[in-house]
Amino acid sequence: MTLTPNLTAHWDEPDSYTVTGYERNAGYQALRKAFEMGPDAIIDEVKDSGLRGRGGAGFPTGLKWSFVPQGDGKPHYLVVNADEAEPGACKDIPLMLASSQHLIEGMIIASYAFRANHGFIYIRGEVPHVIRRMHAAVRDAYAHGYLGANILGSGFDFDIVVHAGAGAYICGEETALLSSLEGMRGQPRLKPPFPAVAGLYACPTVVNNVETIASVPAIIRNGADWYASYGTEKSKGIKVFAVSGHVNNPGIFEAPLGITMRELLGYAGGIRDGHELKFWVVGGSSVPMLTEDHLDAPLSYEGMEEAGTMLGTATPMVFDETTSVVRAVTGWLDFYKHESCGKCTPCREGTGWIYQLLHDLKSGTGKTKDLATLQDLCAQMLGRSFCALGDAAATPYPQALNLFRSEFEAGTHTAADDLFDPALSVVFSGVKTS
Amino acid sequence: MTVTTPATGQDLAPVELVTCMIDGIEMSVPKGTLIIRAAEQLGIEVPRFCDHPLLSPVAACRMCLVEIEGQPKPQPACAIPVGDKMVIKTQMTSEVADAAQRGVMEFLLINHPLDCPVCDKGGECPLQNQAMTAGHAESRFAGVKRTFPKPINVSAQILLDRERCVSCTRCTRFAEEIAGDPFIEMFDRGGNQQVGTADDQPFDSYFSGNTVQICPVGALTSADYRFKARPFDLVSTPSTCEHCAAGCGLRVDDRRNKVQRRLALDVPEVNEEWNCDKGRFAFTYLDTDRITHPLVRDENGILVTASWPEAIAIAAEKLGAVRGKVGVLTGGRVTREDAYVYGKFARVALGSDDIDFRARATSREEGELLSSVVAGSGLGVTYADLEKAPVVLLVGLEPEEESPIVFLRLRKATVEGSTKVAAISSWVSPGFAKTGGTVLAAVPGAEAEVLNALATSSASLSESAADIATALRQPGAVILIGERLSAHLGAISAAVSLAEATGSALAWIPRRAGERGALDAGALAGLLPGGRPLTDADARAQVAQAWEINVDELPEEPGLAFADVITAILTPPIPDEVEPDEAAEDVEAQEPEPRISGLVIGGVEIDDLPNPDEFRRALEEVDVVISLETRLSGVDAYADVVFPVAVDTERAGSYSNWEGRVRPFGKVFKDAFTLTDARVLSMIADQLDAYIGSGEPGETRRELEALGAFTGVRCAPPSVSAPVAQSAAGRTAVLASWRHLLDLGVLQAGDKYLAATARASVARTSSATAAGIGAQDGDDIVVSTESGSITLPLLITDMPDGVVWVPGNSLGSQVNASLAVVPGAIVSIARGGAA
Repeated sequence: MTLTPNLTAHWDEPDSYTVTGYERNAGYQALRKAFEMGPDAIIDEVKDSGLRGRGGAGFPTGLKWSFVPQGDGKPHYLVVNADEAEPGACKDIPLMLASSQHLIEGMIIASYAFRANHGFIYIRGEVPHVIRRMHAAVRDAYAHGYLGANILGSGFDFDIVVHAGAGAYICGEETALLSSLEGMRGQPRLKPPFPAVAGLYACPTVVNNVETIASVPAIIRNGADWYASYGTEKSKGIKVFAVSGHVNNPGIFEAPLGITMRELLGYAGGIRDGHELKFWVVGGSSVPMLTEDHLDAPLSYEGMEEAGTMLGTATPMVFDETTSVVRAVTGWLDFYKHESCGKCTPCREGTGWIYQLLHDLKSGTGKTKDLATLQDLCAQMLGRSFCALGDAAATPYPQALNLFRSEFEAGTHTAADDLFDPALSVVFSGVKTS
Repeated sequence: MTVTTPATGQDLAPVELVTCMIDGIEMSVPKGTLIIRAAEQLGIEVPRFCDHPLLSPVAACRMCLVEIEGQPKPQPACAIPVGDKMVIKTQMTSEVADAAQRGVMEFLLINHPLDCPVCDKGGECPLQNQAMTAGHAESRFAGVKRTFPKPINVSAQILLDRERCVSCTRCTRFAEEIAGDPFIEMFDRGGNQQVGTADDQPFDSYFSGNTVQICPVGALTSADYRFKARPFDLVSTPSTCEHCAAGCGLRVDDRRNKVQRRLALDVPEVNEEWNCDKGRFAFTYLDTDRITHPLVRDENGILVTASWPEAIAIAAEKLGAVRGKVGVLTGGRVTREDAYVYGKFARVALGSDDIDFRARATSREEGELLSSVVAGSGLGVTYADLEKAPVVLLVGLEPEEESPIVFLRLRKATVEGSTKVAAISSWVSPGFAKTGGTVLAAVPGAEAEVLNALATSSASLSESAADIATALRQPGAVILIGERLSAHLGAISAAVSLAEATGSALAWIPRRAGERGALDAGALAGLLPGGRPLTDADARAQVAQAWEINVDELPEEPGLAFADVITAILTPPIPDEVEPDEAAEDVEAQEPEPRISGLVIGGVEIDDLPNPDEFRRALEEVDVVISLETRLSGVDAYADVVFPVAVDTERAGSYSNWEGRVRPFGKVFKDAFTLTDARVLSMIADQLDAYIGSGEPGETRRELEALGAFTGVRCAPPSVSAPVAQSAAGRTAVLASWRHLLDLGVLQAGDKYLAATARASVARTSSATAAGIGAQDGDDIVVSTESGSITLPLLITDMPDGVVWVPGNSLGSQVNASLAVVPGAIVSIARGGAA
């Protein structure tokens, strides 16, 4: 399968993020077309395109927009979830840096479609350069008349607020994000009511991922059929894949859904020289890991489900044979424990307990029974937490135990760093140690 | 106009039911019922921590996970309403649910200190109990537990042990949703998540004690009760709170004849499950400085201990000598039963109708209101009515300070419902602000003016006031007037007229627990039990029959009210008109008889009276003073005989709350032998050869209830026109004042942790008034009358010019004792330290 640069097509141009750069490459033509189509036709077009949420859950985007009650007399809001914080996920950050105007145009079109006049971009607080870039991009769009009152004479008013988060993974959960945006404590809320009914300030709100919204202009410009012609039956369209880890040429590759990891590895220059693949994780760290056996499985929502995992953010992390699985998953758990919001018991207490077990195993002081306990604890968290992040925190371990049980067993007597020299793991191709 | 409940039958719409299956049992519940509540109806208890029926669901603890057919994951029963045809399996029938609950319990316990043997909650702890039913016998956790320094104060009263906390957020939700005091909040995240307060803002809420009661673990404890007793050593008695007219159900827990703590009982129609901190924590007075034996004044003028027969004999002899000229003054602590006996004692044994229970500022106008529409009127406006009312207008009433459960209901009505609250007041108090209501600003004394403008929908009304005037005309509207309104002539009449003009219901809310019951029981001059006018022939006949006396043995003329008794004592009687020359001959012989020569006083706190010194002079002046007291009150200094009487833990009885709802309570200390007021009066009456019954509460209640309410024609409600409100400027101001809930009240004596959460005393004026005396925010200002002065720091407040507000009975601010005036009076103001 060949690469199909769409959002990333002009990343080599130094001004790709400016209105001028964007307009040179058909930017803001979709908006003009959208104003001619009218709101409902846009929703239909997005539905027909088969676009699904690119934040990980894969919910059909057009359908989500159609849930917003119309004529209800309340303000509607679009909130772009740019709180990309998942370990391994790095696609929204570069998108905002280089395709800023795609996002802005997408926001205008989406909001016009479900009748919102205010959009928010909630960016994680740890990336000030991205926040600055988006502030500049929004200013740029205002200056060119794409934002503000009566855009392009359409009678449609739209304003964007770029909001910096304060560094909490939980705020990537849509309801926690809304609470945080409202100035409250960033913890998930009960659903129902769903954001489409009572979201930001208890008004109908659509929360979409950066990539989802940035994909909209091309769909409107080229038509649903064009977009749907890419991808698979159930996973239509083009996806940004960010490959990281033990490959020779890590980076971002835009390709139709359904491409295989073997193909992506090819584009990424293969496993670093002299090494072989041990395992890979497709959707950020929060999905079960895969091995060599799954290199030909299609990277699509259903393809990954069939392989026993989830497509997630489609940002594969690749690990070669120098990697200690115990060390890798302990690193992830450090993250989840640190980021657990504390609201629900399974995630708050479970991450803390698993943290202690994994660190024992990593340092070679674990007990044999810890393996069974670990498996139990994950089962006690999965499906019982308040939000998906509790599930995410418990997801990687059972599969890791299944695939690499001996490494965990070794944790009862030998430290992971003794089994796998960490130095070997971080030496990348082309860089030699003495 | 009558003080009656607006028709409530009209909104009984048919309830939509949904049918579900829980553990194989089919049941129908109203749509919207949560699974956990539906299961309760079947007797299936799904374990829970964060769930509380009166708080919004959060589904945070995950303890109540149950299996719902068709759902891939177990679901929280506390947050999901029963759906039609839903098939639910709890831990009783579902392994998934049982495993989920056991898993959550295991998680909850890993960081819990398991210090049950030294924990106040041990023995009544939901975590402990549910660990037994849904936990593993042994822990698999062998790691390091999370530790915190313990305990920390979130207020002077409330202590937090973060190690025990399970982050259920019941306390923070209570504070935010119910009390409206969001001074505690969850801080930090993950395993470090903890309850905390802002640095400079402790959890000084009048309702903070409720968080201790609803905490499902021992994380929140009260300084007052911490380490005092184990639940299984306590004996619990249901009771009724004596601190205000709310009528809260109370659970009194005692050990070794000492009250250890008090909890709120679940009385849905009154206090739901809440009470205020005064009701919960103020009970040290029960066994502090109690009088234990009768005291009589000996020939040297010193009170000495006497035997009961001796004291009774002396009291009877002294009272018998002044029969017909005795005033009977009771305070707010009397029960309905005791008040009834006081009334009967006055009329039958003393031949006097000079009886009044209102030991406070009163007016004749108020007496007319009480006699005409309140006394014996039964259940009137209820708490439930407040929730349904389109508007509730408060006049002379500050609910959070003076009737805190009314405040909680108003807040609930405004937060959950669509009730609007308005108050005629001089400023927006912190409590009132929490109801989101509108203040119709009025200088004290100008209440009638505002009421009249509302009644006529005068064109001069502001937009918000006009909205209130309109809303008052909708069905279900309520006007609540506080006892303070009696200080402002014409205001009560204006409230009555407003209620008549708008069709809204009117209710009177006294501050003390005993007042409404005393009124209904006939402890008021001119008013026999059940609201019977003393002057009505039928009423007299009914009462005479019940009391087994001849009608002509009842006093003929209505007697004197509280203030009039004092005036009668202090005003020299006017000599009968005689021929001048005759008078000149024999002045001695013509010395007229004083109208009042004796006083029977029970439960009167001198400083509650508008002019305490005047009352002391009256006590000094009068020949006979018989005092019935629980502790030395100041009256004893003037008393000939002092009888020790029972406090609530030593007696059974009942209070009528402001709704007119009878709230009975039983004896906490079953073997206490302290006599009640009624028993003492009964014995004195016996000695006087007047039989008034045994004074036992059961007998008294039967008699009172058999008598029932008066059905004949009552006197007309008051129609006093208000004088033009006083205004002041420059170095004078109109005094505004009410009491804080937590203050120097005698029933709060000795409760130091409670006192530490009281609101600070400040004086308030508008910025213009402050400028007039050259004072700035924070400066001390001096409020004075010729009787004395109060000096408090100034807090500039949005309020009418020419008004100064000070708390009524707080530290450094005792209006009666220092100023001897009532709100509405003109006082002098000056900047403190000003030359």
